[in-house]
Amino acid sequence: MLELDRVSAGYGAAQVLRELSLSVSAGEILCLMGRNGAGKTTAMRAIMGLIPLMGGRVLLDGAEVSALAPHKVPRAGIGYVPQGRRLFAGLTVAQNLEIGMRTRSSPPEVLEEVLALFPRLRERYRQPAQTLSGGEQQMLATARALCLRPKALLLDEPTEGLQPSMVDALRQVTLQMRGRGVATILVEQRPDAALAIADRIAFIENGRGGEVVPVEMLRRDPSLLARYLGV
Amino acid sequence: MDLGPYLLLAILEGAVMASVLALTAVGLSLVFGVMRVVNIAHGEFFMLGAVLAWYVTQMVGGPPSLGFGVALVVAPLIVGAIAVAADMTVLKRLDYDPERTIVATIGLLYIIQQLTLMGYGPEARPVEPPFNTRLALPWFEVRDGALALYWPWGLSTTSYKLAVIGAGIAVLLGVWAMMARSQMGLVMRAVQADRDMALAFGIPVERVYAMVFGLGAALAALAAVLIVPISQAHYLMGADPLLLAFTVVIIGGLGSLPGTVVAAILIGLSDGIISVFFSPTLAKILATLLVALVLVFRPQGLFGVRSA
Ligand SMILES: Nc1ncnc2c1ncn2[C@@H]1O[C@H](COP(=O)(O)OP(=O)(O)O)[C@@H](O)[C@H]1O
Ligand SMILES: [Mg+2]
Repeated sequence: MLELDRVSAGYGAAQVLRELSLSVSAGEILCLMGRNGAGKTTAMRAIMGLIPLMGGRVLLDGAEVSALAPHKVPRAGIGYVPQGRRLFAGLTVAQNLEIGMRTRSSPPEVLEEVLALFPRLRERYRQPAQTLSGGEQQMLATARALCLRPKALLLDEPTEGLQPSMVDALRQVTLQMRGRGVATILVEQRPDAALAIADRIAFIENGRGGEVVPVEMLRRDPSLLARYLGV
Repeated sequence: MDLGPYLLLAILEGAVMASVLALTAVGLSLVFGVMRVVNIAHGEFFMLGAVLAWYVTQMVGGPPSLGFGVALVVAPLIVGAIAVAADMTVLKRLDYDPERTIVATIGLLYIIQQLTLMGYGPEARPVEPPFNTRLALPWFEVRDGALALYWPWGLSTTSYKLAVIGAGIAVLLGVWAMMARSQMGLVMRAVQADRDMALAFGIPVERVYAMVFGLGAALAALAAVLIVPISQAHYLMGADPLLLAFTVVIIGGLGSLPGTVVAAILIGLSDGIISVFFSPTLAKILATLLVALVLVFRPQGLFGVRSA
């Protein structure tokens, strides 16, 4: 479904990703783990075409999305929930969702489905996005990405700093998307959260891909996780 | 004349200036707000608007209102197209880098100015207003304990000046409606808020940039067409509007449209009033002093939001 094939990328002359390869299939959640600064967010940006690739390719359903102009990458069906949420400040909840709806010209019923997943957003519908609480903002960032009916979903630390009830609500939505066949790459720092939701866990260190491990193996022997993370 | 009628006259003159200034400054502010580009060539787009208005009225001929009407539409369109071309050939290549685009637009300023000098020449040329009826204005006095209207000698304006004020208000309302209500405005605000996330949601940011740069230049050109029957078209006329537009945009808050409009009214009116009662130079000194004070004590402008 979504595949990174020996992707190298960075900022200016500074290379961050070094021939990173990953793949996630439809209806699967791949958890990407690695230390701070390992290049997880950079990998997300590279997939979205927000930084130019120095080498390698990104494929969606076999089509090379890395050959597209950046604004055409989401139109191919990739939804992005960035680290730190990055909502459109100054726009209301409704307008943020409208931007998501425009991306792939989603029919109106998609908005209803998304609002059914996040009833809180309906209550805040006409409020400016920046007036929402942290948890609500994360819901909006997720909802905005779901509005484009993604085939693949990139979630970059979606539960960073949220209360447990919010974490749980977002996890339910992520699992629901998996049930609908969405391919998800989830960047998650907390081992317990990763173990609870992932199908496979991929490790990244210094921009290089490491082991990719089925989650059952780690559930049986959680000490392995610490070893893979190198802590 | 008493003080009252004088003040009315000064306010009307100030309102004409505020109207034209607001259009020019909103163009500058829009470009900075959405693209983070400080467009030093903005005054030259203004000048081009006035010069093109002269050419168009010459070419069209007929009654003044016909030529002027055509110029009002055609000049902003041509200037907008020139700006779009400049965006795609120059600014895009610089990747909209905030510092390098300043240098590039300085270059653009000189290119436009010198090409105009070569083609249009150094003369200042008038454009006839489409209509110009002199309107006497009433004032009131208290006579026998009752309010009575009278017509002080010399207290008058022209129908054209009132039309400039009206046109300015109408266009500003149009810009506001476009930003607040239209799909195009929504997309522009999304790009302004977060360029990368706009891309990540399918917005063709470079096309939006080209459009905004063209729109900003067209607003300056429109302002110039409106004022040229009152001032005249000259190849160096871009300097003053540029300076004043920057004054307004800094006082109002970079990128804040309501702030820009309020500051344009403030600067336009005070300029009118101080010029009539004291001297135009004092008006400029005070405006510059206000900019300095704002920069020191409220760098985000009176209406701007402090960036994090
Ligand atoms: N905008 C940027 N410009 C230059 N270097 C950056 C930028 N963003 C991140 N980096 C660098 O790239 C590396 C990887 O960062 P990032 O992908 O954010 O890591 P992670 O998400 O895994 O914590 C770090 O060394 C970081 O300093
Ligand atoms: Mg990160």
